[in-house]
Amino acid sequence: MALSNVLETPLPGFNFDNAARNAALEGLYDGGQTPKPMKTGTTIAGVVFKDGVVLGADTRATSGEVVADKMCSKIHYIAPNIYCCGAGTAADTEKTTELLSSNLTIFSQTSGRNPRLVMAVNILQDMLYRYHGQIGASLILGGVDCTGNHLYTVGPYGSVNKMPYLAMGSGDLAALGILEDRYQQDMELDTAKELVRVAIHAGIMNDLASGNNIDICVITKEGVDYIRPYQESEYKDSRNMKYRYRPGTTPVLTKKVVPLKLEVVQESVQQMETV
Amino acid sequence: MAAATMNPFFSQNINQNSLVPDWTSQEVSTGTTIMAVEYDGGVVIGADSRTTTGAYIANRVTDKLTPIHDRIFCCRSGSAADTQAIADVVTYQLGFHSIELDAPPLVETAANLFRASCYRYREELSAGILVAGWDQRRGGQVYCVPIGGMLVRQPVSVGGSGSSYIYGYMDSNYKPNMTKDQCLELVGAAVALAMERDGSSGGVIRLASISEAGVERRVILGNQLPKCSTH
Repeated sequence: MALSNVLETPLPGFNFDNAARNAALEGLYDGGQTPKPMKTGTTIAGVVFKDGVVLGADTRATSGEVVADKMCSKIHYIAPNIYCCGAGTAADTEKTTELLSSNLTIFSQTSGRNPRLVMAVNILQDMLYRYHGQIGASLILGGVDCTGNHLYTVGPYGSVNKMPYLAMGSGDLAALGILEDRYQQDMELDTAKELVRVAIHAGIMNDLASGNNIDICVITKEGVDYIRPYQESEYKDSRNMKYRYRPGTTPVLTKKVVPLKLEVVQESVQQMETV
Repeated sequence: MAAATMNPFFSQNINQNSLVPDWTSQEVSTGTTIMAVEYDGGVVIGADSRTTTGAYIANRVTDKLTPIHDRIFCCRSGSAADTQAIADVVTYQLGFHSIELDAPPLVETAANLFRASCYRYREELSAGILVAGWDQRRGGQVYCVPIGGMLVRQPVSVGGSGSSYIYGYMDSNYKPNMTKDQCLELVGAAVALAMERDGSSGGVIRLASISEAGVERRVILGNQLPKCSTH
């Protein structure tokens, strides 16, 4: 029997009680009345080459028209052999990839197998489909496992595509133009890195919401080379003023020191049982 | 140009002021042309390869012919996420059923499993599916499970946004008792015609023929498409 003064713990997970109400409200007003989530306008790309996978991303996170983070990390760790680029709502991509990483680790530890890319893709697809697009995460997963080098994309509604080259985010059209033109099968490492760099660069140049530096992540059978930044923006500004205040800028009027007297009231030692 | 993007229940409205283009907020749809034909001894299925998000082609080499079991395939149209999810569920259910039965499943069983999911969740889903395959009992069969969750067996069926343009072609060119090669030609020509007229269909034509012997898959690339019109 529940006592009336006991608080109910809230149900875990997302709460979409208001989603239907918001959808109905949107119909009444001419656009823009309901709050919109903040997105990382982004350019992310991935390419499969002879020995593995190369992932690339820009490093700009925008909040409306302001650059909120100039060195944001969009290539997330999933497993030692799997990394994931995220576009869409910054918080969603961050947390979804963290959840994926922990679930995949648990799964591979309990089954005793190294994680495979298809496992990661299935976990992501299940989760994003369950939330019906409310999680705004467009992800590019790349990795190398015992079955080969793979590159997948998962959309916010839970659709999956497997391709040898991919680009997502607001700058994806620009990046895809480069990839469509210059992609070859079984490229060498340097060609692949250069291709991804040029693709992200095209996104940065032609999309306002992408910019700053380029991060590259190379995944091969031998290991991972996470190069951050791979290329720095040529438009870095230099700060002319120091924004740090000298000690003494704020005058101290009075000072009072009260030492807290702590005394040991009770001490008990319990031996741990050891075999 | 018919763009058959169905808005799902919780879609976000397009915001023209945002830095992010329209199509990033639209659901991925397989605006599509799919077709399936029965012949004596099996079925021939075909589809285009275009997946769109609004006006952007998210995947130009999609495989919409999804294996459900050894001799049973489904052709997917509608929301990409919904159809992938339903196909995964049915693949599991049919596989389990087949193991329990210790026999290959019937195409009618697969079709009923699709219908069960599509009808029960008809308000939330946007999926038009053609189930086609071969089994020992009835040979080649094609079942149509359109949006809403109806189930009907037909000797020849088309689906997707591009299907509207080829009903006439299908009705006038399908004849009962065609051979496998005639069916392949019919499906290839029909899908090519639909891709010509429907903006949401395009790319390459994927064909598959399913019979007792197994599944044969082939692809007709863009430069090899049958040329039907001269203007």
